[in-house]
Amino acid sequence: MCLAVPMRITSIEGEVMVAEMDGVRREASLMMLGDEVKVGDYVLIHAGFAISRLDEEEAEETLSIMRDCLDLSRAPA
Amino acid sequence: MNSAFFQEFRDRDLVRGLAESVRRLTGGRGKPMTFMEVCGTHTMSIYQYGIRSLLPPEVRLISGPGCPVCVTPVGFMDRAIACARLPGTIVATFGDMMRVPGSSSSLLEERAKGADIRIVYSPLDALALAAKNPGKRVVFPGVGFETTAPAVAATIMSALSRGISNFFVLCAHKTIPVPMRILSSDPELGIDGFICPAHVSAIIGAGAFRFLAREHGVPCVVTGFEPADIMRGVEMLARQVSEGRATVENEYSRFVSEGGNARAKDLLARVFVPADTQWRGLGVIPESGLEIREEYREFDAEKTLPLEVEEPREPEGCLCGEVLKGKIAPAACPLFAAACTPEQPVGACMVSSEGSCAAAYKYGQ
Repeated sequence: MCLAVPMRITSIEGEVMVAEMDGVRREASLMMLGDEVKVGDYVLIHAGFAISRLDEEEAEETLSIMRDCLDLSRAPA
Repeated sequence: MNSAFFQEFRDRDLVRGLAESVRRLTGGRGKPMTFMEVCGTHTMSIYQYGIRSLLPPEVRLISGPGCPVCVTPVGFMDRAIACARLPGTIVATFGDMMRVPGSSSSLLEERAKGADIRIVYSPLDALALAAKNPGKRVVFPGVGFETTAPAVAATIMSALSRGISNFFVLCAHKTIPVPMRILSSDPELGIDGFICPAHVSAIIGAGAFRFLAREHGVPCVVTGFEPADIMRGVEMLARQVSEGRATVENEYSRFVSEGGNARAKDLLARVFVPADTQWRGLGVIPESGLEIREEYREFDAEKTLPLEVEEPREPEGCLCGEVLKGKIAPAACPLFAAACTPEQPVGACMVSSEGSCAAAYKYGQ
């Protein structure tokens, strides 16, 4: 039930936005994020509300740690 | 950045690399490490991506009580059914609730008998239905943790500001940190670390779990739902255990901050007040539920509607309670895949798409 999907904001009108991911479009409320977001941002959508904005730098950082882990696992023990 | 970016967290090599790291951290250790994934969506991902098959035998993953539909007691379903039986009433509900058995019926059965029950995707859809049907009551069964409760709070505030007086919430919202504390001190479970619920954390923040690490010495990691996220979460927990540390680490920092979503937390505080509530399998847990504040009582179905409810009866032989506490795996229930299947569910854990029993049934045990 806590499932939330990341989608890209394509338009914002007042507190309502339209977001899209892989061809699926959905309207959602921005009541919980307010003016922190802009068109083009990725947000997590749950039950008709955007609940969190993607922090791209943090995402890259997480992936880079995972890649380091992969390199280590390939190195001789 | 595009949508393909999100696929990187499913990269097989990344997952294998992380699994190898877990193996190095746990290899040669006599005692297994037991980690509980609290959230039902994690349970589903773990089955779906075969995470257990990639882990060394020293790591045991057990599922927790984080499926809201599963922990909702039978008595609540009876009250939702009572709402549906009221004349001039539409019940607008999340789809997962339809097949959950009450004491002697389900919303699905009530609909077949003629009750007006609609499936909605958002509480805002239920409010729109109320605005469109001023001559009827619309009742929304409010089920879910801190991820979902702010959406319901926002909808109640919206109903108030728009002057919509035929919208009601039957409220069974729950909060997750207190049950985690109780489970962490159960010696029978022997939990060495928690995979914290990620989207609950998006609202309440990773910091909300710090008391578990500080006061109860349990390592916690907030992690996302993709296979590489989960494997990295397990790796971070294994590292804490092997180094003898207990802290809260945040693997899912792309969506979760230390403090969470301030606006959502404010909505929760404005509309709800903590209350004791009953959990299927765990009993009544103090201050682990959310009740609608007196100021908003006109929207509280429980306080304003004349509900006739039968004495709740738990289904016979159902071991959902033990599954929800992580004490038994779904297959250890004698009803599993025999009397209880997704088509003919006996217990809630087989109904919800994120219930442990449904996941075990769908993906094999």
